[in-house]
Amino acid sequence: MSSSKQPASTSFKAPDSSCLQLDEQGRLRHFLTTESLSKETLTEIMDVAESFSSVGNQAVKKVPVLRGKTIVNLFFENSTRTRTTFELAAKRLSADVINLNIATSAAAKGESILDTIRNLEAMQADMFVVRHGDSGAAHFIARHVAPHVSVINAGDGRHAHPTQAMLDMFTIRRVKKEFKNLKVAIIGDILHSRVARSQIHALNTLGVKEVRVIAPKTLLPSDTDSLGVHVYADLKAGLDDVDVVIMLRLQRERMGGALLPSEHEYFDRFGLTQKTLSYAKPDVTVMHPGPINRGVEMDAAVADGSNSVILQQVTNGIAIRMAVMTLTLGHNRVSN
Amino acid sequence: MKVLIKNGRVIDPANELDGVQNICIADGKIQHVGDAPQGFSADVTIDASDKLVMPGFVDLNASLREPGFEHKATIESETKAAVTAGYTSVCCLPDTKPILDTSSVVQLILDKADAAGYAKVLPLGALTVMLEGKTLSEMYALKQSGCVAVSQAPNNNINNQVLRRALQYASTYNILVVLKPEDVVIKDDGSIHDGAISSKLGLSGIPVSAETVAIAQIIELAEETGARVHLTGVSSARAVTMIARAQFTNKGISADVHAHQLHLTELDVGTFDSNYHTSPPLRTVEDRDALIAGVVKGVFSVSSGHQPHENEAKQAPFPSTETGISSIETVLPLMLKLVADGLMDLTGLVKCLAYGPSQILDLDVGNLSAGSVADVCIVDPQEQWLVSEESLLSRGKNTPYLGHQMTGKVTHTLVNGRVVFGK
Repeated sequence: MSSSKQPASTSFKAPDSSCLQLDEQGRLRHFLTTESLSKETLTEIMDVAESFSSVGNQAVKKVPVLRGKTIVNLFFENSTRTRTTFELAAKRLSADVINLNIATSAAAKGESILDTIRNLEAMQADMFVVRHGDSGAAHFIARHVAPHVSVINAGDGRHAHPTQAMLDMFTIRRVKKEFKNLKVAIIGDILHSRVARSQIHALNTLGVKEVRVIAPKTLLPSDTDSLGVHVYADLKAGLDDVDVVIMLRLQRERMGGALLPSEHEYFDRFGLTQKTLSYAKPDVTVMHPGPINRGVEMDAAVADGSNSVILQQVTNGIAIRMAVMTLTLGHNRVSN
Repeated sequence: MKVLIKNGRVIDPANELDGVQNICIADGKIQHVGDAPQGFSADVTIDASDKLVMPGFVDLNASLREPGFEHKATIESETKAAVTAGYTSVCCLPDTKPILDTSSVVQLILDKADAAGYAKVLPLGALTVMLEGKTLSEMYALKQSGCVAVSQAPNNNINNQVLRRALQYASTYNILVVLKPEDVVIKDDGSIHDGAISSKLGLSGIPVSAETVAIAQIIELAEETGARVHLTGVSSARAVTMIARAQFTNKGISADVHAHQLHLTELDVGTFDSNYHTSPPLRTVEDRDALIAGVVKGVFSVSSGHQPHENEAKQAPFPSTETGISSIETVLPLMLKLVADGLMDLTGLVKCLAYGPSQILDLDVGNLSAGSVADVCIVDPQEQWLVSEESLLSRGKNTPYLGHQMTGKVTHTLVNGRVVFGK
């Protein structure tokens, strides 16, 4: 019998994400998803972010780590906030940054993604920060870039948004110090959320005690349990004894898609208020990836209250993106 | 032209035959099975010792891409690939450009197939004009000009009122209607099976109900109208149960499953490998096992679901890639694998690839009876070959089996008694 692969009557061994993300030494080459990365890698990202977190407070908010590198923000889907934090992160590392809003340029003229990538590589880009509406877009680009180019996933469809998840992990670590005894509840539209998927993988890898999701069935994917979470439909039960609450943004079009009856009923069943927050632990930390729909996911008093770390998340987002850019471009020794 | 195929293991379920025999072919017909009659002098003799001799396969579902999509494939390229894979007749779906809804397009396709001279092409005419699901096509004229059936595939974009009337009209002339059971509204923008993998990858899922709701409706409408209906490309375990149950009372209902659905599952999608982007989607291990059981029990025939594409069609993020596998050349080894695994026998294999489909289409092929059309394939069941861009004759190289070793290869194919492929 030949040693070649046999026709599959069960399944093929598909390469998992870790093969694509890590180089031969096991170092981060692309950052596409938190899934399949080790606890050590995730911790290293947070440690490097910690070392960068003071840069923003300096008079000169720059370090020369990526001087001479060219980073292209390749946004096939509009996003001002995420693009801005990536741009700031790159600039604080002294890299040259180009923002390409493909949604309104090449793709509209019918150029394929691969042609766009080839052209940018010909201009000696070192890194693509990619946002795209299709799940798997960042993987697709990472499979096709030249060997010296790194790809960072800034959000692909409903699949992953790993830098958002890592800034949330970083924020949790700064507040709670360690992960192992934490119960974390994610509330809202899990089905459509790339943020939630990335958070769930990261939280489980970092060893929290329990990850819960709280949502109506229409906002949960099939086999939600298989993601490694406990599912709750009731806010009171779901928040009981919880250390961290992560709210997700509710897109208004969900009502049009017959997934929810109304914002009013959603807020009534799943909205975070001072009262519902009291079901959790007294020192519960409240997070939200932004932008907040006040009065839809949570009321203003909670968003602005003493348990909320929402603005710290934004600040931490820059340090995390600096860390990921530095690690993937191979400068994992911080030189300041 | 007289052909003698000698000493092959002849497998012909129509005549309950499985044994070493000679086959004598003259004037495009099977003249005799057994020792050559006195006075039979063959122009061509094929020694089929240690080989299998079977009726040529009949594909119930393939896309040949011509006219309109010649950048993907042509009738010549795909019928040539087909005969090297044992197929002597291939049904082509009506989603050509222009749509296969007029006699002139039927004639064009038949002429092209004739000129190519490989497998016979059996056009499936459009059930509705432009496949828009609004007005009925001229089904009678389509049948007269050579369509073996009418179809709304590759999707099922039609409302139940129009479908009901289309089935009534088709049954007036006893025309077979081929439907892909898929509720396009439930399917929505789904790209893979709705389950653990879609949840993990954040891909929109296609629930099993997108198939079963359509099947339930089609079964009811077929029952009420008396139309003969063939369900093509079934994917789920629940569908197996529903169709088997319907067949108890309605002999006019048949179904097929694509060969790769008997092997691949949602797990194979891995991390967004677009060669596994199929329609219907690859489902669970349980679904796959139920489909195999359905084939073994005779609920289903097996089709290729052949969908050749140019490379660019698969070079995009997963949900934006086109669906389908260039599959016609891997059907036989995939089915032989089920035989090797002890899940079915060679008679069952011929039933689901040749005899069954020919019965569904009411054609005088798929058997080796004396007097029948001599569409025959000869198979070396031991030959190993590597699936590669070079070894595939189809213009579409989009298959997840690239780089895989297959066992079982066709050595000769005869269409109308003529050797159209032979090593």
